Amino acid sequence: MRFWFVLTEIAAGFRRNMTMISAVILVTFVSLASVGSALLLQMQIDKLRGEWYGKVEVSIWLCPVQQLGGEVCVDGPVTQDQQDAIEARLKSEELSPYVADYTVETPDEVYADLQDSFSDADWTGGVTVDALPPVIHVKLVNPEDYQVVEEAVNGQPGVYLVRDQSELLSPLFDILAKGQVAALAVAGVLMVAAILLITTTIRLSAMSRQKETGIMRLVGASNLFIQLPFMLEGAVAALLGSVLSVAALWLVGKFWLVGWMSESFGTLLSRVNVSDVFVVAPWLMLLAVVLAALSSVLTLRRFTKV
Amino acid sequence: MIRFSNVTKVYTRGQRPALDHVTLEIERGEFAFLVGASGSGKSTMLALVLRQERASSGTVYVLGQDVSTLADRKVPFFRRQIGVVFQDFRLLENKTVFENVAFAMQVIGQPRHSILSVVPDVLSLVGLDGMGKRLPHELSGGEQQRVAIARAVVNRPQVLLADEPTGNLDPLTSEGIMAVLDRVNQTGTTVVMATHDVGLVNEMRRRVIELVDGAIVRDESGGRYGAGYVGGGRRP
Repeated sequence: MRFWFVLTEIAAGFRRNMTMISAVILVTFVSLASVGSALLLQMQIDKLRGEWYGKVEVSIWLCPVQQLGGEVCVDGPVTQDQQDAIEARLKSEELSPYVADYTVETPDEVYADLQDSFSDADWTGGVTVDALPPVIHVKLVNPEDYQVVEEAVNGQPGVYLVRDQSELLSPLFDILAKGQVAALAVAGVLMVAAILLITTTIRLSAMSRQKETGIMRLVGASNLFIQLPFMLEGAVAALLGSVLSVAALWLVGKFWLVGWMSESFGTLLSRVNVSDVFVVAPWLMLLAVVLAALSSVLTLRRFTKV
Repeated sequence: MIRFSNVTKVYTRGQRPALDHVTLEIERGEFAFLVGASGSGKSTMLALVLRQERASSGTVYVLGQDVSTLADRKVPFFRRQIGVVFQDFRLLENKTVFENVAFAMQVIGQPRHSILSVVPDVLSLVGLDGMGKRLPHELSGGEQQRVAIARAVVNRPQVLLADEPTGNLDPLTSEGIMAVLDRVNQTGTTVVMATHDVGLVNEMRRRVIELVDGAIVRDESGGRYGAGYVGGGRRP
């Protein structure tokens, strides 16, 4: 009985308040869609980070036979002792927590690699094995700890230079992170708008039913029972908005990310996919309910007077 | 049933109190009139009984409870034992007579079958047999007030408060309403009615409590509207 009563009250509220309810649905839709985009972007960033940083390594170029001039490698090519010292350093207690693994590439291997990768380029013909240094490739446990290894190794006798491949990636991640901040900022502003709109809607709805609630109060209906229809009205509208936002993200995922991006980038990039939208979806709905609940509390405090 | 013990109510600090040290007891099953000019404190007394207002000092006991110490969350349950009727009926225009009365049962969670059996009985008690499907605007003022009374008593309250229930009605219709209230009283419900309808009070010959400027000036059973009362003015 009570359940049906509350349901019919909500339906009546929707009919009476159609325009405001629509506004609530649309604003929550757009705000949650931007929250969702920000979350998906974060997932995308995490995926790329995981994939790319897993591949990157720190390369320690040792001094080659050929004289380079300048301040490095003034003592000539790296000696076996120097190389052993560097390797010992990598295995030392100081560095071993950061170093997952390392391999040493001899000049011959470096040369073969070079010929392989750039066989079409004519400049490779002028490169001799002598000009190439041995290279130590270090895989890190956490790619972001690159600094530690660099500081420990750079400037050691026999070290020509230390290069971190992840440096090349950071501008890209910077751009992605900025995009995420922008999406979150838009989402924040829109969410405030959503709260204000839901608040106004609940207040309007409550005012248009003042006579009813007055009678309910007089005949002894509990506060919760009086307020429930208004709260649920806001909650249902916000939930509808979140459903729309999930649908929109799904469409974007399906037709834009999977369709267009696949055509353009092939399998080069690992991307968020349609199923990731459904990972985000429950959070968006939860957020919608929180938005509505927050608005209800803000509004109905005034109506709790007995 | 209802006991006021040295009750004072001040709405705005520094203003004249709406009720000034009122002490009074109304017994179970009584029918009492509260009379007095507008602003004499009748409505304030009813609001205190309903716990819409709290006394500034003194205590108000209703149904054995000190209402000033009643927690807010308990107020709804307390009110289920009290019915209220107003001068302006306060019916829901988009609901039928039956639905208006049933509304009072629905919102406190009464089961459907009990609503279906109780509402027709109550409509019959107030003399609205067979009018359940009408909408309020299709009814006369007297009939609308009967619906309001039916709604007020449908949950079998122990007390019925009526604030100027005949204020909008002609004398003949008012008599009909009084007959209904009398019938409600006969079922054992305590009735407290605020009014300044001289004729009705005199005709009913019930207890009359007269207020002037927030103080009780007269309280007699089987009374008449005050001898010193002249045409709605205050005593000199």
